[in-house]
Amino acid sequence: MTTLTVNGLQRESTSPPTTPLLDVLRNEFALTGSRFGCGEEQCGACLVLIDGTPAQSCGREIGTLQGRAVTTIEGLQEHPIIAALIAEQAGQCGYCLSGMAVAAVALLARNARPTRAEIAAALDAQLCRCGAHPRILRAVERAAREAAR
Amino acid sequence: MTDRPKSLADNPRLDRWLRFAEGRVHVSVGKVEIGQGIATALAQVAAEELDVALDRLAWRAGDTQLAPDEGSTSSSLSIEVGGASLRLVCAETRALFLAEAARLLNAAAEELAVEDGAILHAGAPTGHDYWSLAPRVSLTRDATGTVAPKPRAKHRLVGTSTPRRDLPEKLAGRGFVHDMVLPGMLHARVLRQPRPGATLAAVNEAARARHGARLVRSGDFAAILAPTEATLRAAERAAAPRWDNADTPTPAMAEAAWLATQPADIRTRGSESAPSPGRTHEATYSRPYIAHASLGPSCAVALEQAGLLEVWTHVQGVYPFRLNAAQTLQRDPETIVVRHAHGPGCYGHNGADDAALDAAIVATLVPGTPVRVLWSRADEFAFAPAGTAMQTTLRAVLDSNGLPADLTATITSGIHVNRAPGRLLASRTLPNAQPLPPPAESSDPYPGAGTRNIVPCYDIPAWRYEHRLVAGTPIRTSALRGLGAVVNVFALECFLDELADLAGQDPVAYRLRMLSDPRARHLVERAAALSNWSARGPSGTGTGLGLGFARYKNRSGYACVVAQVEADTEIRLRHIWCTADAGLAINPDGVRAQLEGGIIQAASMALKEQLRIDETGTATRSWADYPILRFSEIPPIDIELADTADEPPLGMGECTMGPTAAAIANAAAHALGLRLRDMPLTRDRIVAVAS
Repeated sequence: MTTLTVNGLQRESTSPPTTPLLDVLRNEFALTGSRFGCGEEQCGACLVLIDGTPAQSCGREIGTLQGRAVTTIEGLQEHPIIAALIAEQAGQCGYCLSGMAVAAVALLARNARPTRAEIAAALDAQLCRCGAHPRILRAVERAAREAAR
Repeated sequence: MTDRPKSLADNPRLDRWLRFAEGRVHVSVGKVEIGQGIATALAQVAAEELDVALDRLAWRAGDTQLAPDEGSTSSSLSIEVGGASLRLVCAETRALFLAEAARLLNAAAEELAVEDGAILHAGAPTGHDYWSLAPRVSLTRDATGTVAPKPRAKHRLVGTSTPRRDLPEKLAGRGFVHDMVLPGMLHARVLRQPRPGATLAAVNEAARARHGARLVRSGDFAAILAPTEATLRAAERAAAPRWDNADTPTPAMAEAAWLATQPADIRTRGSESAPSPGRTHEATYSRPYIAHASLGPSCAVALEQAGLLEVWTHVQGVYPFRLNAAQTLQRDPETIVVRHAHGPGCYGHNGADDAALDAAIVATLVPGTPVRVLWSRADEFAFAPAGTAMQTTLRAVLDSNGLPADLTATITSGIHVNRAPGRLLASRTLPNAQPLPPPAESSDPYPGAGTRNIVPCYDIPAWRYEHRLVAGTPIRTSALRGLGAVVNVFALECFLDELADLAGQDPVAYRLRMLSDPRARHLVERAAALSNWSARGPSGTGTGLGLGFARYKNRSGYACVVAQVEADTEIRLRHIWCTADAGLAINPDGVRAQLEGGIIQAASMALKEQLRIDETGTATRSWADYPILRFSEIPPIDIELADTADEPPLGMGECTMGPTAAAIANAAAHALGLRLRDMPLTRDRIVAVAS
């Protein structure tokens, strides 16, 4: 049994301690916003925040997260990045977008007004195959502006 | 009866498309959302012609029980054919309701109007609406296709950048087939036959011992089922299958040059006259095997129950898949229901069909139990079909002005259209598998597959081509965004730059001398103006500007791309400009998104991508083996759409692929003073050409 906080709520996982956090989120807690892309920490589709720090949930075992606070895309619905991604129509298939949003939230938390180059650097580990990159960059800039208002 | 678009001719009954109930319009279509925004654009078309608000529409796409059979969502035809059909269906349905209202009201239909589904008479409410009239208006009739849709001047939704209807749900964390859960569902994965024809010699029975895992087997088809994904992965590792009779490919087979050494089915088209004498130029261009590389691995859910097999899948065509599955499983198609659900972008024929067949087969082996199949990333790279390697050789005879008077092409390619029954991955492992007929594919120029866009969009007096279709590719191949047009346009547009060089002419001026289509000329001229082409300067300075143009399939969307690059031992993108002609853009922002996406994907393919082969088969197994373009490598992209909204809508999803690859190669040639003719344009290629 692992007790942790997920999106502000205390949750208990009965999965074996070696189970990837991503499996626990999707299959045990029915939080499907974190996507399985590779299972090898190479694409960023499963990105979540652990105590505010971005982490690929496919590579974190649930047993290591006792007492930690996990935030997923479901817990970020009020963050300006969601409205900004929609306003910029910054998705095609949308499969990468949860990870993009989480990475953007982490960036904006440490750098409220990032330059375009800083955004690109912060998102560089996040893969998108559809080519929505220019729109995602604009969405992060928009979210930064909205958050500053 | 007018000449109806194919989707309507195949599905003439109005009630196959539309139903009015509970204050909503239930629209059913066969063209499915694969990330290209089609569900939004088609909704705009329907709401426009019916005069209802967009949120009145309840949408169902891709369902063999409930939606029309529009074949596959492919070839940039969803607007041109699917949209045109839906438009006629909705216009005719609206007219039928107005005629009935006119009869009830003793009014002339011309005096009536529809506002969000309510019938108005001389602008005033009549108390009638689509839903109150629905019991009186039978839609169990064939469309005539003769009711004229709205003129453009009356459009209020078509031509606007309506936001994507599917994005909010996806951003809320739901909406993909990957997210589906059915009660009692088991996770399953097929033990993949490493090479075609390999036979399953043994499976470690210890796999069964893993916390409720099961092993099912039928011939060389074996799959593991488990209650959780983690257990499934552990059981899969424990299964350690042993395969016999696998062939052993070699790394050289990953190159297009290897393909050109193989036996081929050869067909020729075009002018039979012998090339006229004159100065000639010849060059050969190629691309290797390219992964669709969807961000999420292929997934499907299936349930066999009471004689009915239900499959939820992100395939491009639910009806073609049903037919394929029925033949493979040797059962009546009517006993199979296939429903489309969202998946990651596919960019053509990726592993979706294979995963759906996996799930279907496993479901039939465990009746009553819902089964979810999710491929691993390694399997997605190694076993999903890939865009085929291709090699295109061009030979021109030049006239006295240095323009091509005669063009001969030789195209060597694997197959692009590869969904015939028996050709999905698991099919050939089943005990009753039939021998496969050799692959067959049209060699026609329009729309073509491997031959797509080999006929230039320019005024070249004589052309001919030889299409060499190779059956024995080392990797199973399929349609990838643009099909053969990517390589053929890459080849033609690079070749034109080489010919312009030989003639001592500017590439843009050279093209304009043989480009008579005014829409094409406009795009080339505008792209040159936007990119400040006139200040282009000499070659070999390390900075280059290059252009590529084509009209996709010679009859669909037009795109001209200019790339600015810096190049030394590698190529870096600095800026991309694109001018495009979509005719009437149903959703201009959706068109722009498709153009941007195509540019970035084609740039990634042109600069980086190649599947690798070793003695075990496809050696590429992860993103680490298969880099794609990242944020920091993507330049500013400026797009300008031509104002041609009075022209019919054109499919725009694939039209930038070839022009982008060509523009980058031409820019690299300008920057380096060296011509790279083989994709990807990597450091190794630059070094090889430079030495």
